[in-house]
Amino acid sequence: MPNTFEHLQAAHCENGVTTNLLRNVGVSKMTEPLAFGIGSGLFFIYIPLMKINGGPAIAYRTMPGLIFKRTAQSLGIDVTRKTFSSPAKAQQFLDECLKAGQPVGCQVGVYFLSYFPKEYRFHFNAHNLIVYGKEGDNYLVSDPVMETTNVLSTYELERVRFAKGALAPKGQIYFPKPNHKPVTDDQMRKAIVTGVKRNIRDMLHIPGPIAGVDGIKYTGNKIKNWRDKLGVQKAGLYLAQLVRMQEEIGTGGGGFRFIYGAFLQQAHAFHADDRLLEISKSFTQSGDMWRNAAIQAAGIYKGRITSQADFNVMGDYLIEISELEKKAFKELSKVQWQK
Amino acid sequence: MKKDEIPQDPSVLDKFTKEVCYAVDESGKYVTQLSRGWEVKADALGITWEDIEKKVAAAKKQVLNGEVSPIAYYIELRVMDLSIVSAYTGFWQWTIKRHLKPSVFKNLSDAKLQKYANLFEVSIDQLKNISAHA
Repeated sequence: MPNTFEHLQAAHCENGVTTNLLRNVGVSKMTEPLAFGIGSGLFFIYIPLMKINGGPAIAYRTMPGLIFKRTAQSLGIDVTRKTFSSPAKAQQFLDECLKAGQPVGCQVGVYFLSYFPKEYRFHFNAHNLIVYGKEGDNYLVSDPVMETTNVLSTYELERVRFAKGALAPKGQIYFPKPNHKPVTDDQMRKAIVTGVKRNIRDMLHIPGPIAGVDGIKYTGNKIKNWRDKLGVQKAGLYLAQLVRMQEEIGTGGGGFRFIYGAFLQQAHAFHADDRLLEISKSFTQSGDMWRNAAIQAAGIYKGRITSQADFNVMGDYLIEISELEKKAFKELSKVQWQK
Repeated sequence: MKKDEIPQDPSVLDKFTKEVCYAVDESGKYVTQLSRGWEVKADALGITWEDIEKKVAAAKKQVLNGEVSPIAYYIELRVMDLSIVSAYTGFWQWTIKRHLKPSVFKNLSDAKLQKYANLFEVSIDQLKNISAHA
């Protein structure tokens, strides 16, 4: 198989890996928003008691690995996925894939990722990139959040593939099997429906207060207590963490909401219900509100505004967002999907 | 967000990359555009690192006062915690806690010290004497 891999930059790493790997096996209509929507990537969860880098554990998107898995599977494409206990075997498998002309997705930790800015290199193990070739001792790397491709030495790649700690990648490698039938528009249409329905479930119907739109509201209420409970300085650090998690590289400003808005516009090309375009606007509005909330948070962590009233405004932003997204997903469940 | 509102603020990404942002154009259609960064986000990262530097400075003081072993300093310097150090070195967390005592640390074998030195990317001399680490 000739290696014709094309690097396309994306806003988010797993979206990008999914899009680029699928395009590489001939799914030419795949885009980042479609991958995100079909993979039901939009999510929210606040995990109480758990701490990440000493701050609150909050995620704005679905579990790592799911976007790729769901998107490939709903298009009828089989996926190979492997983890390894031995770095040597992990390298051997990778080399065999590359020799066969198969670019592969890899889960990596960013702490030792040499081409990342130092300020972004925390012990975060759910980053994704594509390895698409090897020249001598160097692997050719397409990291979707970077403008251009990069190179990692054998040692550097092994270190990031075998990063340790929470969500350790264990050399995880994954790719779509190349010999599938061509993906039809009909399959795309169905995959979009599956993705939207699953996203409605995840955002509206998970029991308990911490996930989906309920989780956003829950977090909003928590924030109002942070000032009393933690003191202004620590509460500021917590809010900075909230913003950092919202703003991973490339998801600038409620970015996942904007990607979802783009997804609904692209879905309209497959399902001509104009409500999709209207609901897309709600997600744009939600993304804008996440941005405003981040600006409010910055006022607090920069120490410009620190009264309880300011924390209340911050909390109310999230409660308002929760209502808006609840309404948007309820509208989505009324859309007429084409068979 | 409208396309012309995409922030173009200086950030630590400047020397590395620009990031893709999704926003709507004049007709309301979603498009992508590159961004240098956003001040709000840069500040969140900035105060996080200021906090880390404070922790490093506090740990350094404790080590120089003989209250804790140098391992405590390097854990903060490398933005780690006990669970991460445990995962990389293979030591149990309670073992590492013991190694944080200066009295236990000074009797550690070179083999054990080397595990820490490898993880923190310093020499054994630097591990024993944090002043030797620039």
